[in-house]
Amino acid sequence: MSTPGEAENTFGRWPDDNDRKGRRRRDVQAAAARGLRAGRDQLAGLSERAGRGAPKGGDRRHVMGSRPGGEGERAMVPEATFTSYYDRPVVKASPWKADIPAYFFLGGAAAGSSLLGAGADLTGRPALRRAGRLGALVGILLSMVALIHDLGRPSRFINMQRVVKPTSPMSVGTWILSLYGPLTGLAAASEMAELADLPRRLPRTLRGPARLLVFVGRPSGIAAAMVAPAVASYTAVLLSDTATPSWHDAREQLPFLFVGSAAAASGGFAMIAAPVDQAGPARRLAVGGVLLEIAADQRMEKAMGLTAQPLHQGKAGGYLRIAKVLNVIGTTGTVLLGSRSRSVSAISGAALMAGSALTRFGIFEAGQQSARDPKYTVVPQRERLDRVSGSSEHAGVAARSRR
Amino acid sequence: MSNSLLRPVDPASEAGWQNAPARKGFLTDTSICIGCKACEVACKEWNDIPEDGLSMLGSSYDNTGNLGASTWRHVAFIEQPTGATRSDAPVAVPVDLGMPSVGLPGDGDLTGAAAEGTSVKGDFRWLMSSDVCKHCTQAACLDVCPTGSLFRTEFGTVVVQDDICNGCGYCVPACPFGVIERRTEEAALVTDSGTRDGTPPGTATKVHRVEKVPQRRVRAKNVGIAQKCTLCYDRLKAGDTPACAQACPTQSIQFGDVDELRERAHARMEQLQTQGVSQARLYGADPHDGIGGAGAMFLLLDEPEVYGLPPDPVVTTRDLPAMWKKAGLAALALLGGAAASFLGGRS
Repeated sequence: MSTPGEAENTFGRWPDDNDRKGRRRRDVQAAAARGLRAGRDQLAGLSERAGRGAPKGGDRRHVMGSRPGGEGERAMVPEATFTSYYDRPVVKASPWKADIPAYFFLGGAAAGSSLLGAGADLTGRPALRRAGRLGALVGILLSMVALIHDLGRPSRFINMQRVVKPTSPMSVGTWILSLYGPLTGLAAASEMAELADLPRRLPRTLRGPARLLVFVGRPSGIAAAMVAPAVASYTAVLLSDTATPSWHDAREQLPFLFVGSAAAASGGFAMIAAPVDQAGPARRLAVGGVLLEIAADQRMEKAMGLTAQPLHQGKAGGYLRIAKVLNVIGTTGTVLLGSRSRSVSAISGAALMAGSALTRFGIFEAGQQSARDPKYTVVPQRERLDRVSGSSEHAGVAARSRR
Repeated sequence: MSNSLLRPVDPASEAGWQNAPARKGFLTDTSICIGCKACEVACKEWNDIPEDGLSMLGSSYDNTGNLGASTWRHVAFIEQPTGATRSDAPVAVPVDLGMPSVGLPGDGDLTGAAAEGTSVKGDFRWLMSSDVCKHCTQAACLDVCPTGSLFRTEFGTVVVQDDICNGCGYCVPACPFGVIERRTEEAALVTDSGTRDGTPPGTATKVHRVEKVPQRRVRAKNVGIAQKCTLCYDRLKAGDTPACAQACPTQSIQFGDVDELRERAHARMEQLQTQGVSQARLYGADPHDGIGGAGAMFLLLDEPEVYGLPPDPVVTTRDLPAMWKKAGLAALALLGGAAASFLGGRS
């Protein structure tokens, strides 16, 4: 199509058009790409102009004639033919930003750290215990910051505690965190009291409370460790309990992937923070976590079918590829030299933590991408309907926009 | 929470209302929608919804885009070449309504469009449909709301309590129709016309201010919280018809008791089908579908996805018990794994 300059001028008359952002502009691009109105002079002009404004990069996939998935991506599933309304999304992507995947990582790392801290406490590994208890507190505090920051009205955070709703994973999560947070805080406070040797250094009148604080370290640490697995796994339900195709379709395996990732992150953290002679359990937890993550991912992608595509595309694909590399590096380093070299142990631990974080960002982003493309909503639902009705009536009839 | 996921229920009494009035809803009959957008305008005006963009989207006459925080009614326009329709259904003989009609310039045949939206010339057809929140019997947004801000009204509808919502955004990805949305600051800038600063519209002191409307940009209400159609909860309470249905000039949007609307919908579909409109179908009218039936149902003339509707929406919480089970197993796996890692050796 060529650009009729006259139409462009006409278009420019709407003062608002040039400062629209985001959703609207994408709509224009998508519509332009469809070229449905070719031959209708004025609108064709509009489309052409909007099309020229489209970014050069990955967003060009809607352009007429190109395949979904875009540059260099190999579709895992045969091309789907389906109808959409001007390529617009059917479901809405969550409004969540980086806070949420960051929280998944931090919360997971905190949960695993609590488990390591309690285990170290019971098996006489003081340095690992310290790393676990303090790491858990830092992780969960940062989590709270991320969670509150993500709200549209942060000042109303406390409304989360108005109700208890088993149908809302976010409500369940709120109550899990309400239980886990104080226990973690108590265990960490106890650790700090012991570290500062408070029972001996405080004035006589305060020694009693200080001794009590040190004493509650073990029970509160163990209690936190009992709640911790829920902290690590409920977040998978939080994502899956949505209409976001790539999250919902991952529902069977995502909890396992998430606890694996949490184990890897917390193990990695303890490998950085504790000396190698005490970090044995951390290394085993980390390696076990990575293995669980890989196994869960394999099964998950098989079960997902079409909606596994976003896991390999765009930002999500990038994150997850790097995460896999980091996991391999971290695991290899841990297995080969983790018990001998503190520096290799620390580097491996850092790689595992980064891998876990990127896994969370990748899964998060894949869901967002799947929500923005109507294909992932319409095609599986249409296939389900066609299976039920057993009719092939729908296959390939021309009203579907071919992509 | 009683488990009502598999049987039709009356949502209001299910939610604990006693002596609730009959469930209220919409039937949007797209076969008589003329795409005038009176519903969009009426909705915006009545509910005081801020402007959220005035751009040309290049999608036929639809410059609204989609439902969202500040768009509670959305009229979809589909221009389809008729050669590309999914069925070659027999075209109904147009009924002469005795109305004056105008065709495209140069068009020989000026008899107007056929009853079900197929142009007589047969080169393309219009589909128009006014979309709205479905007010599901099993509403995912309501299920996942962690604050209780979303609630089931006595009319069986689903409404956000503006003063409770903390903007967690969970309802947004939960909705299988992409209806509810968190209002963003960017999209909520409104031009102050002298009536948005708290002065009720039509107040005498403002009447003479007709010259230049001040172009001050003011912050809209409810920024940061989830917003969607309330089925005009305030009007319902006063015994009125929702603004969109009231404004609809063709009765394409019909308001009433859901049970009665459902019967009407079936009757209308049968009528259309006997007239040869084989593509006529109901959407959201089956109480056994994935959302337990919609409070706002539709009579469509093509498949739902053509209108941007999901073909087979299922409330996400239907799978929630299974998800909790898996999460429990995963939690146990982590606990066991952590324990095992301490038993594995003395290093």
